[in-house]
Amino acid sequence: MGKTVSRKRRAGAGLPPSTRREVLQQAAAAAVGGVFAGLAARPAAATPAAMRAAIAEVIGEAKLNVGRVKLEIPPLVENGNTVACAVSVDSPMTATDYVKAIHVFNEKNPQPNVISAKLGPRAGRAAIATRIRLTDTQTVTAIAELSDGSFWSHSVDVVITLGACLEDPL
Amino acid sequence: MPRALIKVPARAKRGEVIEIKTLISHEMETGFRHSNTGTAIPRDIIKTFVASYNGEEIFRAQLFPAIAANPFITFHTVATESGTLEFSWNGDNGYAASEQVKISVE
Repeated sequence: MGKTVSRKRRAGAGLPPSTRREVLQQAAAAAVGGVFAGLAARPAAATPAAMRAAIAEVIGEAKLNVGRVKLEIPPLVENGNTVACAVSVDSPMTATDYVKAIHVFNEKNPQPNVISAKLGPRAGRAAIATRIRLTDTQTVTAIAELSDGSFWSHSVDVVITLGACLEDPL
Repeated sequence: MPRALIKVPARAKRGEVIEIKTLISHEMETGFRHSNTGTAIPRDIIKTFVASYNGEEIFRAQLFPAIAANPFITFHTVATESGTLEFSWNGDNGYAASEQVKISVE
């Protein structure tokens, strides 16, 4: 009884471990810490700030409105290596009122850009679809640039169970 | 020669909005991965996709590493006249591929 109490006191005071069990516990903790440090050293991921910067590069000083764009992407994705992604814009697509471009951005992939598509009145319908990679649970944003110079957006939160991009090849 | 799959309606009415689906085999290596020995795998992606209708550009897309392997792109256009739709893909390491599809418009 007395022995246990003295050991606890030693640990609480931050003294070096003396028993075999304490030494092993500390070694294990250090090893786990090393693994996490290794994970943190992965390539820098695009952050929400990087996404904002990429969006600012496209829209410049213009105001980003919400609406008119519909980004269709599954809210829960098992495999981030291929995620179906469709963007459609509510626009009459006439010679005077059409969608000039559609851009898609993400928050957490290593790079914020996904696709930039140029359209014109010739398209007839402002709707594109593709398959994208997502590395982590994040927000995906689609932005449409209209012929009158306005920008419209739609953001969707996507939950990813298996991420893409950073796994080692098979 | 890369394998491309393109779906365009063979016949369309004049002025009809048609959907075009394209897919090309390409692994779209991101450049962010490492091999088993720890060396970085260099980026190898398709960077641009262009579609033209009888020589007139109708759609252009800039692709990034976040596009999944075997890029699949769907878009629309108005069927104006019979002719040829040409699709071209260009990317890293001098990658270039193109494909043509005929369409007849009534």
